[in-house]
Amino acid sequence: MIRLAIKMIMGDRLKYLGLLIGLAFAATLITQQASIFMGYTRRTWAFIDDTPHADIWVMDEQVRFTEDSKPLQDVVLYRTRGVPGVDWAMPMYRAQLPVRLADGSLEMTNIIGVDDATLLGGPVRMLDGSLEDLRQADSVIVERRAAEGDLKITQADGTTRPLRVGDTLSINDNAARVVGICDTRDPFYWQPSLYTTYSRALQFAPQQRKLMSYVLVGAKPGEDVNALATRISDFTGEKARTAKDFASLTMWYTLINTGILVNFGITVALGFVIGLLVCGQTFFNYVVDNARYFGALKALGVTNVKLLAMIFTQVLVVGGLGFGLGAGCAAITGILLKPVGVGFFMPWQLLVGSGVGMLLICLASAGISAINILRLEPGIVFKS
Amino acid sequence: MTTATMPTQPPARPPSGDVVVACKGVTKTYGKGDSAVRALRGVDLSVHKGEMLMLVGPSGCGKTTLISVVAGVLDRDGGDCSVLGKDYANMNQAQKAAFRAVNVGFVFQAFNLIPTLTIAENVAVPLLINGVPRAQALARAKEVLTLVGLGDRTKDEPRKLSGGQQQRVAISRAIVHKPKLLVCDEPTSALDHATGQKVMELLRGVAAGEDLTLVVVTHDARIFEFADRIAEMDDGHIIRIIEGQGLRKATHVAENPLGK
Repeated sequence: MIRLAIKMIMGDRLKYLGLLIGLAFAATLITQQASIFMGYTRRTWAFIDDTPHADIWVMDEQVRFTEDSKPLQDVVLYRTRGVPGVDWAMPMYRAQLPVRLADGSLEMTNIIGVDDATLLGGPVRMLDGSLEDLRQADSVIVERRAAEGDLKITQADGTTRPLRVGDTLSINDNAARVVGICDTRDPFYWQPSLYTTYSRALQFAPQQRKLMSYVLVGAKPGEDVNALATRISDFTGEKARTAKDFASLTMWYTLINTGILVNFGITVALGFVIGLLVCGQTFFNYVVDNARYFGALKALGVTNVKLLAMIFTQVLVVGGLGFGLGAGCAAITGILLKPVGVGFFMPWQLLVGSGVGMLLICLASAGISAINILRLEPGIVFKS
Repeated sequence: MTTATMPTQPPARPPSGDVVVACKGVTKTYGKGDSAVRALRGVDLSVHKGEMLMLVGPSGCGKTTLISVVAGVLDRDGGDCSVLGKDYANMNQAQKAAFRAVNVGFVFQAFNLIPTLTIAENVAVPLLINGVPRAQALARAKEVLTLVGLGDRTKDEPRKLSGGQQQRVAISRAIVHKPKLLVCDEPTSALDHATGQKVMELLRGVAAGEDLTLVVVTHDARIFEFADRIAEMDDGHIIRIIEGQGLRKATHVAENPLGK
């Protein structure tokens, strides 16, 4: 009977296509919007992902997200190094400083200063040059998007070209030379980023009593990073967060304060509601259209349980195919939208989540349809 | 058995002693209060093994309600009614469904063939409901379709068949699992006279071959000749049972059914 149920729903090609398209549309709506939401959410902690060696970040208690660094006293670095379980601790500088370009224009940039000796916290993916080149005098490494965008060189003939290794810049009236181009993950808050050594970053920066933004910490092998972060907080009096906690803090601050949680949340919720309506309406129509045949099956002796099994099989088979098509369409859309910078991230967890959502929609639709089937009098077959 | 061998006007058969359907004082009311419609007002009816009983009467007289009760697809309000010695009142929905699946065959006015299935699959449905493996069910369906002259159309969809052919498929579906009672609702109303006659010959033939009991609801006086007995209904009652000579008279008053 299950095989017949599948043939019943797939046999009428036109209606079956309509059903499939309706479900695929619902699935696209849900997965695409959720993937864009995930993509933008993931960008909020891009800076933490681009600094993969640090297990723990030590920061001022008032820091709310990665770009919100507040200066720390140097002594925090030394105290952190004294905490049991810390393998290494390095300073990081991060602040916004003006960069004057060759054509005389000024751009605000993120200057990231990493430990002079180890260069820990520096860019991981180099496109040109190497991280070691930061040991040269006045050297900076420029992030690709900045080199090709805001920091591109306007030539004498009026044409532009990307910033390249060997070009010079003026950072807060200090000469700097580009020694490398790196790639980083798309960030949520984008500004041109330049990497240099910690000591050189302090030279570029205006003089202040406190300059260190973060202390990056590596835990000893086998160390519980959560427990270590608590120990560092207790020992230094500053806030130590695991990379995961810092990413979470940044994500929630951004989601709540930029309104994207509400906006995308509404869109994703609408996707579910529209999906449910499309699915429910489509299956309801299918059942109404086929009430006579379900009635005939009931009269011929099919029990309610078997009819329900048939309906749920039909819904799940078509729902599964519709979800596959919809998720595929959403993935293709994501690939097409990537070049224009749209945040799109479709991890398997999202597919499982939206698949479960779709399943719930299908089950709800099947449930609504099933009520009609259960209420159906087999005597309907004697009405012409 | 083929259509060619079926009798065109079999004589009325005397009922055997075995009572297949026994109804006494059956009542059924639709709705409540002022809008209530008393469709059956105490129907007494017996149908014997192997006979073809036709239920006739004007629209709204309760024919369809009565066969729905007899077939077990509608619950009666009062009275007694047993089919093959079993009373539906003592069964739950699942038991009624199981009883119908084994013992009752249906031929509907609108055929009710599932349009997306082949005719062989349509015919196999009662066997599949009874748990017969698919391959076996399809083989038996083809066998029955061959008997009704549609052995070469088993893979066609119902829409490709004429009305008469579709009704033959419906009859095949009704008898494929060898039920003991066949309930037919206006089996010829959607067919022209010649096709209607052929369908009735077919029904008569399978009934004779399988010792099947048939209850046929019809308005079509042209097929009265196939009945063993005719029960005339009006206003929720059976007002007359026609058999023997009376049946022959009824057969010849097609323009004025039942002498009204």
